[in-house]
Amino acid sequence: MQLTINGDIHEAQAPLTVLGLIERFGLDPRKVAIERNFEIVPRSVYGETQLADGDRLEIVHFVGGG
Amino acid sequence: MPLSDAQLERYARHIILKEIGGPGQQRLLNTRVLVIGAGGLGAPCLMYLAAAGVGTLGIVDHDTVSLSNLQRQIIHDTVNVGRPKVESARESLARINPDVKVEAHQVKLSAANVLDIISRYDIVADGCDNFPTRFLVNDACHLAKVPLVSGAVGPFEGQIATFKSYERDEAGKPFANYRDLVGEAPPPGSIPACEETGVLGALTGVIGSMMALEVIKEITGAGTSLAGRLLIYDALDTRFRTLRLPHDPKNPLSGDNPSIRDLNSHA
Repeated sequence: MQLTINGDIHEAQAPLTVLGLIERFGLDPRKVAIERNFEIVPRSVYGETQLADGDRLEIVHFVGGG
Repeated sequence: MPLSDAQLERYARHIILKEIGGPGQQRLLNTRVLVIGAGGLGAPCLMYLAAAGVGTLGIVDHDTVSLSNLQRQIIHDTVNVGRPKVESARESLARINPDVKVEAHQVKLSAANVLDIISRYDIVADGCDNFPTRFLVNDACHLAKVPLVSGAVGPFEGQIATFKSYERDEAGKPFANYRDLVGEAPPPGSIPACEETGVLGALTGVIGSMMALEVIKEITGAGTSLAGRLLIYDALDTRFRTLRLPHDPKNPLSGDNPSIRDLNSHA
């Protein structure tokens, strides 16, 4: 399946969950949120949210400055 | 109390807007807003809220003005370096609009004082500079049922959202709060602060002004609330996007089985 991640097209083998994506990219889930098709994915469903062909994903890095 | 002739003239460009009008301006004048942090975000937020005629502005900041603040914290002047930020901000706001009453809280927010302070206000805008305070303010606003407009910046990116997780959306689910986005506080030092990474000054102007605007929308009911959504501004790419920010049923504060019922975990 084809995924667009931060604007770049990636080929990925299905099935792949949001949790699997986080592990594949070596992301620290305490520092990022995952946006899938213009919606933040709730943390508690990372393991059960299956990615689908054509999904647009963005890795949202937290900022805390003011 | 009816608007005076001077107020009718001062707020004429608001009063002419059908979304605000005389009643909306009256509501602004009768509203008490608390701004956390008189820094990069708090400066423009406070200045626009004062210019808009928000009747009472509370400011929380325990810090003093330093020279390296002035590249972005436009509420403070060079002559005020070394003075408490709440005093410097109070003088600027009085110059902008003498209608506005300013309440200065020169304290560090803590589990011991936050509920007492925020419960005196109708709405809170958080532009503080650290994650622990963001969680503290989030939890306190949820428990006290006070709407929270939360803004944050990194070097070239800004994020803003409105949290009122004590209310429910059209589908009957609670609106999201900060814990639905960030989960738990990132490990200390894992996300470096502005003083280490730098921040483009005008970026704080964009996000701080948007915070003022969303506060005004909450007060007047103009347009669509940002509750349940997150806006992200990528300044380098000049890109805004607005995402849905759903409620997580496992949110420890507002979820189905909440474990956070007071502020003891912040003590």
